[in-house]
Amino acid sequence: MTDIAEIVIAVFIVLAGFFGLVGSFGLIKLRDTMQRLHAPTKATTLGIGSALIASMLYFLLVKGSLSFHELLITLFLFLTAPLTAHFIAKTYMLRNTDRKDLPETQSRCGWSAYDDPPVPPKSG
Amino acid sequence: MIRRLIPHPLLSLALTLVWLGLVNTFTLGNLLLGAVLGLIVPMITAPYWPNRPRLRRPLSAILYILIVLWDIVVANVQVASLILFKRNANFRSCWITVPLDLTSPEAITVLAGTITMTPGTVSSMLSADARAILVHCLHSKDPEGDVARIKHRYERLLKEVFE
Repeated sequence: MTDIAEIVIAVFIVLAGFFGLVGSFGLIKLRDTMQRLHAPTKATTLGIGSALIASMLYFLLVKGSLSFHELLITLFLFLTAPLTAHFIAKTYMLRNTDRKDLPETQSRCGWSAYDDPPVPPKSG
Repeated sequence: MIRRLIPHPLLSLALTLVWLGLVNTFTLGNLLLGAVLGLIVPMITAPYWPNRPRLRRPLSAILYILIVLWDIVVANVQVASLILFKRNANFRSCWITVPLDLTSPEAITVLAGTITMTPGTVSSMLSADARAILVHCLHSKDPEGDVARIKHRYERLLKEVFE
């Protein structure tokens, strides 16, 4: 039983290492910042996810205790990764991208880094 | 009275669960401490939460989470194979504009996060009036199709959940 458990855990750890490596390799290989953002937000997520699954399985099957920390790490990762990517993208675009290169918003206002939000109607 | 004491029941529940997860052992004492935190923190931070986000259909929310988890796995494999096997010169990156039907800030936040975590797209900017979202595609053969996929697969469900 523990043999099977250990094989499964080993598979997840190898998967984790593989996706982590691909994510980091993507950072070097891709050409501009916007493309590079794709590598850490995705390829790494599954890498960390696999490592966490391996950790949970290890504690559950080998040590015989249930661990919740991994679920919390996943939660915080999913909360922070998109936010960080969003901020990096916005900063990069403000400094390096001409607004004429961006597509139209298809609404009344421009993109938020370049345009002010519409003034709300004064009350009272 | 209860509304005053517990302005955000979901937030209180989430805080209690997170506390239990952090201490990693389930005892009555920890549950009580978590519950106290779940009561006090929303009260102190109430000025930052003027509106009460409502989950209209919790079942749709669970379905949404499952779909997104599955898509994240698919996204990882896709992006990994793009990085490994595609020559840089063949990448066709582009910007797309996704017009939004969602209005609640929570729903838009969740949608933007989802777009970043799923296949080949990163949400980069909102329009100033929050009616559209700017998305960067790593490699897209069919930009129109990507817009339709985001709207159909995610936004429709989120609209059910939040609005």
